[in-house]
Amino acid sequence: MRRALSIVRAQLRASMALGLQYRLEFLVEGGLAVLWMAVTLIPLLVVFGTRQAVEGWTFPEMLLVLGWFVALKGVLEGAVSPSLTAVIEHVRKGTLDFVLLKPADAQLLVSVAKLEPWRIVDLLGAGLIFAYAFSRLGRAPTAGEVLAAGAMLLGALLVLYSIAILVVSIAFFAVRVDNLLYLFQSVFDVARWPSTIFRGFLAVLFTYVLPLALMTTYPALALLGRLRAGTALGALAGAIAFAAFARVLWSLSIRRYTSASS
Amino acid sequence: MSLRAAARAYPALLRAGFAGAVAYRAEFLIWMFSTNMPLIMLALWAAVARSGPVGGYTQRGFAAYYLSTLLVRLLTGSWVVWELTMEIRQGVLALRLLRPLHPLIAYSAENLAAVPLRGIVAIPVVSILLWTARGQLGHDPLLWLMLLPALLGAWLLTFLVMALIGTLALYVESAASLFEAWLGVSAVLSGYLVPLDLFPQAVQRIALALPFRFLLSFPVELMLGKHGRGESFALLGAQWLYVAFALLATNLVWRAGLRRYSAYGG
Repeated sequence: MRRALSIVRAQLRASMALGLQYRLEFLVEGGLAVLWMAVTLIPLLVVFGTRQAVEGWTFPEMLLVLGWFVALKGVLEGAVSPSLTAVIEHVRKGTLDFVLLKPADAQLLVSVAKLEPWRIVDLLGAGLIFAYAFSRLGRAPTAGEVLAAGAMLLGALLVLYSIAILVVSIAFFAVRVDNLLYLFQSVFDVARWPSTIFRGFLAVLFTYVLPLALMTTYPALALLGRLRAGTALGALAGAIAFAAFARVLWSLSIRRYTSASS
Repeated sequence: MSLRAAARAYPALLRAGFAGAVAYRAEFLIWMFSTNMPLIMLALWAAVARSGPVGGYTQRGFAAYYLSTLLVRLLTGSWVVWELTMEIRQGVLALRLLRPLHPLIAYSAENLAAVPLRGIVAIPVVSILLWTARGQLGHDPLLWLMLLPALLGAWLLTFLVMALIGTLALYVESAASLFEAWLGVSAVLSGYLVPLDLFPQAVQRIALALPFRFLLSFPVELMLGKHGRGESFALLGAQWLYVAFALLATNLVWRAGLRRYSAYGG
């Protein structure tokens, strides 16, 4: 376990150094992240120009969901996707051999291979959104609520990462799936609204099949102190089960990998 | 390179492009599916309109608006900017320059050839649109006839803006980022995220004068029958004026840029 942690630390440091080399890109991409955050906010501003609440969610409450969305999107596109896109490239070129030969867990190695450090702007933006939302609500979250939200966030990150691993596992069966990862990124956009917005088939899809809406809704509910303990524990258990399933599928599919190079 | 030679080559280019799109049909489908933002926005607005119409849009009105938006986006999509910036960076453009055909014309054929396949993907969207929100669509057959040149204009404008920004990769390294910025502004001002008439007056006035509207909102407005005949004609004229301007600008930037281009690779 300690070895795994030190590997993660070394990998993160290396990919961080690599990312920070391009300083102008840092500025440009950081500016773009701010622009996209504004674009994400605009529909909400228009909606709440006409309404006080939508499906029981007021403006500051909905901002909390959006804050989690911005943060998770930053993690997805800044840390998860770049690494896993690199795996797909490895599989296509047959260079995954070099990763598999290393004396460490391959899933661990590929998962922290590449970072886009400018995505930190998203996390800062999410922090600002939270601060504004709570100033509108006129109160601060209690320590317990923050703790619960943190636990929910860990669960959400686990599910997010597991879905990405599942997508990458497909790369061993079908060759061109880099756009599958892109498709997942665009489907993740549904997480910007609370799960109760969706009705009928979509509600079932985004709650049980691809639990995207919950990833942002549950942490937001936890911050508001409205999440029941049973639901929270159920969600965590579900997240762990999902991660285990992804791990099994990854091990199965890596066995199918036959190098293309040698 | 003469225009006549290009015109003669164009049908063959279209056939080749179509064959290419069909060959990678699974990949193609995945790209199409990732255009889902109008549906996400529809989910939000449908929830808002459950408690009564918003600015003249009922739930069905929103369904008609966002399904039309999805349809127009599917039909007028283009990807030349990614290809162009990559080929300029990797030097592959040199290969294209050797051919006796303007590279932008070749790109346009590749992008246009995908439209029939995009049309097939769009069939379910059209069916759902007709099924759920038929009453919200316009009734004037002349406006529906004008939809064809409006869609072509929207496609051309999309393509030309992409080509223009892609060509800037000959000058600056971050042309792709520049296009990202364009996409962000365009998402707001073209009516992709929110119908333009729901914005405050001041924003609306700006949005209606800028070219973004003609990329997406204008064909949608035609489908929903929002304007009379006279106004629609005027708008169509304005759209094609923007197309002509974009064509001119792209041409100028391309010519000046090629003089700087010095890659041998490929």
